[in-house]
Amino acid sequence: MKRHLISAADLSRDDALLILDTAEELAKISDRSIKKLPTLRGRTVVNLFFEDSTRTRISFEAAAKRLSADVINFSAKGSSVSKGESLKDTALTLEAMGADGVVIRHSASGAPYRLAGWVRGSVVNAGDGTHEHPTQALLDAYTMRRRLGSLEGRRVTIVGDVLHSRVARSNVLLLSTLGAEVTLVAPPTLLPVSVASWPCEVSYDLDTVLPKSDVVMMLRVQRERMNAAFFPTEREYSRRYGLDRERFARLKDDAVVMHPGPMNRGMEIAAEVADSPRSTIVEQVANGVTTRMAVLYLLLGGADLGGGDQ
Amino acid sequence: MSPVSPNPASIVIGGASILGGETADILIRDGVIAGIGQDLSGDETVDARGLIALPGLVDLHTHLREPGREDAETVESGTRAAALGGYTAVHAMANTSPVADTAGVVEQVWRLGQEAGHCDVQPVGAVTEGLAGERLAELGAMADSAARVRVFSDDGKCVSDAVLMRRALEYVKAFDGVVAQHAQEPRLTADAQMNEGAVSGRLGLTGWPAVAEEAIIARDCLLAAHVGSRLHICHVSTAGSVEIIRWAKSKGWDVTAEVTPHHLLLTDDLVEDSPVGAYNPIYKVNPPLRTREDVHALREALADGTIDVVATDHAPHPVEDKETEWAAAAMGMIGLETALSVVQEAMVETGLLDWAGVAERMSYAPARIGRLAGHGLPLTVGSPANITLYDASVRREVDPWSYASKSRNTPYEGRALPGRVVATFLRGRPTVLDGKLA
Repeated sequence: MKRHLISAADLSRDDALLILDTAEELAKISDRSIKKLPTLRGRTVVNLFFEDSTRTRISFEAAAKRLSADVINFSAKGSSVSKGESLKDTALTLEAMGADGVVIRHSASGAPYRLAGWVRGSVVNAGDGTHEHPTQALLDAYTMRRRLGSLEGRRVTIVGDVLHSRVARSNVLLLSTLGAEVTLVAPPTLLPVSVASWPCEVSYDLDTVLPKSDVVMMLRVQRERMNAAFFPTEREYSRRYGLDRERFARLKDDAVVMHPGPMNRGMEIAAEVADSPRSTIVEQVANGVTTRMAVLYLLLGGADLGGGDQ
Repeated sequence: MSPVSPNPASIVIGGASILGGETADILIRDGVIAGIGQDLSGDETVDARGLIALPGLVDLHTHLREPGREDAETVESGTRAAALGGYTAVHAMANTSPVADTAGVVEQVWRLGQEAGHCDVQPVGAVTEGLAGERLAELGAMADSAARVRVFSDDGKCVSDAVLMRRALEYVKAFDGVVAQHAQEPRLTADAQMNEGAVSGRLGLTGWPAVAEEAIIARDCLLAAHVGSRLHICHVSTAGSVEIIRWAKSKGWDVTAEVTPHHLLLTDDLVEDSPVGAYNPIYKVNPPLRTREDVHALREALADGTIDVVATDHAPHPVEDKETEWAAAAMGMIGLETALSVVQEAMVETGLLDWAGVAERMSYAPARIGRLAGHGLPLTVGSPANITLYDASVRREVDPWSYASKSRNTPYEGRALPGRVVATFLRGRPTVLDGKLA
């Protein structure tokens, strides 16, 4: 594996399968009464969050703590960053503190690459602008694998604001690496103009794609996109691209519904669909911790898992 | 090269290849070319055997940053860089602070250039007050000032209002001015970060579509034709723009265009994958680096004359404005000290231009478009002795720390480029000798 995890494209098929298999092992341990492993004892993981994301930060924090790492949470608000400190100076500060791993969330696409040039530790991208969110893709793949088995040849449909979605970018890359067939569905305004060069299919029509799908992943659509004329109204978007009860009823019996959260209930997904047993939305959150444990474990080169059968 | 005293009565440049052609001596006396021929003699001699003699280069598009951002560049440091790059005149863009939108500011910049003395500084005046795109600046006052402004530009911003652009094109006819348009439709480029295409899609950076440039160029060509004015297009960057300009010229309209060295050499995939890492803002520039197809079209257009001029768009920025996240970084690249080398690599070594063609596009044409007296004249007896001696036979690794510019934001660091400016003469006075400031 590479030293950093910034893009899902950093992962070969073997790397990705190793992370998912490691996550499976770690999940077994998480079922024990004592969840904590000593593998990253003495290592320091910094959660560097320039953008508010309580869910992702907590997930990484729990993952690092269960591996016994020392965790430093650094959020831009209330820190020197809000006083105008540059990303580079923040990086140099972390470097001086001896961070072994830096988990970064940033509103600017590519910020983790810049950070990786300034620190020695491993950089894990926890979402950068509209670029990527590779651990989200890993936890999504992990969740799909638990429900469906191997992803080889599975049809995954990703619906919504692909243009601005780091989740979609990472998922397309990782799922194609894992052999799944991905179809993006969105109004043409919410697809990059160059989407034809991506390793996936593209459709503007949700209804023709749904019956063939094994997985339907709904992306959050931000209401402010409406004001920028990406689509006429919320209701029109919802009618054409929302997963409502009628569409849900036309899914295959074993198909699963996913959403990276936070959801706009009633907009891209109906409340009944989100809460149905075929929805993995809550599972995704739990799987996030396990998957991120696997990533930190493999990147920071922890000691043997102990108790596992690897 | 033998030393030359500051103000010899006469100098002979011995054995230079004139525009890469025949070899001759050039005799300079009283700031003028007094003779060209074999075995000429003067008070002092500069051995130029193996060097190419070009007319002093003229840049139509330079950001000297003074007044306002003296941390990035000053007239003094920028004109040193210009001289070292083989330039004898530069057009200083108006987007300073305060903006060069009054006779007072353009005269200040012009005087700073005179005092520095490394090359002539010809200020460009803003088209609109404060570059705000709302009211015309006092174009006539700037034209009538000591700075004799003829080129007007809101560069950095587009004169996007069609009526204002029409009026500006019409108004400057009274003093033979030209409007140099920064063609960028603002609504199509809100928050734009890089060329819109496959790379921007993968990187999740907001796209700067080619159409935002092309739509403005098409509109302005039509406006210029309608009112019978001169139009100059700054930093053309797309294949589509080339097609539109070619069409406008075929109609006989008075449209000229420039291309930057970096758009002749670099492509947008450097943002994703380069020796200096992904998302390195050293490659962030406006208009953005485009695709291989665009680079090819720009080279062809420069070769066939559709694009008239190579202009540097030398845009210095301090380190802290580039050592940031991509979105937070300033746009622009320095270019005065590498322009001729990049043109050699992109145009001469590819067989698209000979050195006479380089002289046309980097000296004669920019001086003609800028109505700049005393520059951009052929190396003939009687011309002011503005001469650049260039060694095209060497190849050097680019070292940003070796440059005279105050800023280091060159996109060529670590790359080897051909050629070296050995000497520059401004009206017979050496400003650069042996590759160093004289």
